[in-house]
Amino acid sequence: MPVNVVMAAGLFILLSMGPDQSKPPKDVMERGKAIYEKECLGCHQPDGLGVDQLNPPLVNTKWVLGPKTQLIKIVLNGLTDPIEIDGDTFNNPMPAHEHLTDQQISDVLTYVRNSFGNKAVAVTPGEVKKVRATLAKGK
Amino acid sequence: MKKILGFLSFLPCVIMITVSACAGSSDKEILFDTTQNGRATNGDNAGLTLPDGFTATVVAEKLGRVRHIVVNSNGDIYAKLSKLVDGKGILKLKGGMGSNISSFGNYPGTGIAIKNGFLYASSNSEVFRYTLNAQNEVIDADQPETIVKDLTDRGQHNSKSIALDDAGNIYVNIGAPSNSCQVQDRAVGSKGQDPCPILGYAGGIWQFKADKLNQTINDGVRYATGIRNTVGLDWNSTVNELYVMQHGRDDLHRMFDQYYTVKDNAELPAEEFLLAKKGSDFGWPYCYYDGKQQKKLLNPEYGGDGKIEGRCKNIEKPIMAFPAHLAPNALLFYTGNQFPEKYRNGAFIAFHGSWNRAPEPQAGYFVAFVPMKDGKPSGEWEIFADGFAGGEEKKASGRVDYRPCGLAQGPDGSLYISDDSKGNIWKINYSTK
Repeated sequence: MPVNVVMAAGLFILLSMGPDQSKPPKDVMERGKAIYEKECLGCHQPDGLGVDQLNPPLVNTKWVLGPKTQLIKIVLNGLTDPIEIDGDTFNNPMPAHEHLTDQQISDVLTYVRNSFGNKAVAVTPGEVKKVRATLAKGK
Repeated sequence: MKKILGFLSFLPCVIMITVSACAGSSDKEILFDTTQNGRATNGDNAGLTLPDGFTATVVAEKLGRVRHIVVNSNGDIYAKLSKLVDGKGILKLKGGMGSNISSFGNYPGTGIAIKNGFLYASSNSEVFRYTLNAQNEVIDADQPETIVKDLTDRGQHNSKSIALDDAGNIYVNIGAPSNSCQVQDRAVGSKGQDPCPILGYAGGIWQFKADKLNQTINDGVRYATGIRNTVGLDWNSTVNELYVMQHGRDDLHRMFDQYYTVKDNAELPAEEFLLAKKGSDFGWPYCYYDGKQQKKLLNPEYGGDGKIEGRCKNIEKPIMAFPAHLAPNALLFYTGNQFPEKYRNGAFIAFHGSWNRAPEPQAGYFVAFVPMKDGKPSGEWEIFADGFAGGEEKKASGRVDYRPCGLAQGPDGSLYISDDSKGNIWKINYSTK
C-alpha cells in the first residue's frame, strides 16, 4: 500500500477520534434537514452559503458556530438590522420563528451546525426552552 | 481487525476527495480561459451571447460592487458602488477607459444620473448633486449639494434609484423595508397590517425638485404608491412618463404552504413593468400580480389564497409581466441611432437574477429587450444579452459569475452593462459589417 495513502487514512482516523467529532444521531439530522428545507433554504440556499448582499452564509461563521444562546435567540426573535460578515453587509431581515417547537429548533440548529462543512456540538430542546423562557420574560 | 476494516472503509473517501479537488481546479482553469484577463477576445463577445450584428467588449473589470452607471456626453463613465473601495463610492472612467479611473464620494449607494450639467448620485438615504464644468469635470468632488436627505434606510430594499424628467424633477424610489407589511416581517402566522403604515414613507416613488437643496420626504410628492421595491426606473422622454420595474414579494410557500407549492413559489408573483403616473397605486402590500392568471390577486397576509381578487380587482396592472424573482435592477429607454430601428425607444431591462426560487432552479442574470411604441410594449420581450451566469449549472444554483445591475447609453448609441458581483462593465456595439 502506498505510504501516502496509509498516512492520509491514518489522518482520517486521528481526526475521527478528536473531541466533538461524533455526528449527531441520524434521526435528528433527518428531521433538521426537513425543517431547513421548509424554513431556511429559501433564503440561505441549498448549500448554506446564503445570497450575496442579502442573506448571510451559515458556513464557517461565528453566528452559527459560536455561542448557542445567541443562535437560538436569532431563530426565535429574528434579526431586523443588517449584519456584517467579513466586511460585507447582508440587508434582508431574518424572520422570527416562534412558531417552531423547541424540538424543531434544536433539530434544525443541530443540522445546520453539522452540515455544509460545519462541525459543532448539537443543540438540545432543553437549551431552546431555556432561551425561549428568558425571551418571554423580557417581553 | 474491526479497526482495520473501519480504516479501509475510509480509503474510497480519501481517493474521492482527491479526485473531486482536481476536478474543481480544472473547472476554474476552463472558466478563466473564456476571457483573456477579462478582456474581450475577438469573436467571443467577452463570454456574452447577443443578437446577430452586436458585439461586446469588457470596458473594465473587478471594479467592485458597481450598481448603476451613467455615461456623459464626452464618454466619461460614472459608476456608483454599493460598497466603498478605498473609502470612495463613485468611480469615474475617463473617456470610458478602464485604464484611467479616479474616485470620489464617501458614501455607498445605487443611483447615478446626469442632467443639465449636473451629476446626481444617491446614498441609501440621500441624493446628492455635483456640478460639471464646461470641460465636463466634476467640481468640488468632496462637497456635493444635498438635494434630498433623511430617507428611510433599514437595510432591506434600501437602494435609492433615481431618474430625472425634462421639467426639473427628480424621481426617487423609496423601497418598503418589508416583504408584505406584516406585523412581524416575513414571520409565519404574522398578519398583514391594514392599512399598511409603511406606505406613508416608503413603498413608492417620490418626486422632488432637482435643484432644491435639503429636501426631506415632506417636501416631496408621493408620485406613485403601492410599489414594494424598485431598483430600475427611467423617464421615457418620447411620452413624458415614468416607468418602473417592481420587485415582487417573496416567500409564498414558506409562509403559506396550504395555498402555494414550492413550484408556485418559484413562479409567483410576476415581476412587473409599470407605467407610473402621478397618483398611480399598484396595490402593494395588499395585492400581487399573477402572470399566468393575468390578475392582481389578494396577498395571503390579507386573506388571499392564490385565487381571490377581492380589493385587488381594480388595481392597475403592469404593462408587461416577467417571470418571478428575476430582480429587474435597471431600466433604460434606448434613444440612440446606432442600434437597428427595432430598438429605438424600446426598453432594455437588466435582470440581476433570482434567489427566492430555491429549491427550484434559479433564473435571470440577463438583459432583456422590450420593443415599445407610443410608450407601450409593441411586441413580446426577448433576451438581448445572456451568458453572465457562466453556464447553466451556475445559473441554476445562483452561484453565478456576473449579475447585471446597471445600464447606460453612450453618446455614440452604444449600450453599457454593469455587474455588481465582481464589477465588470461591458460595452455593446452594433455593426452591419
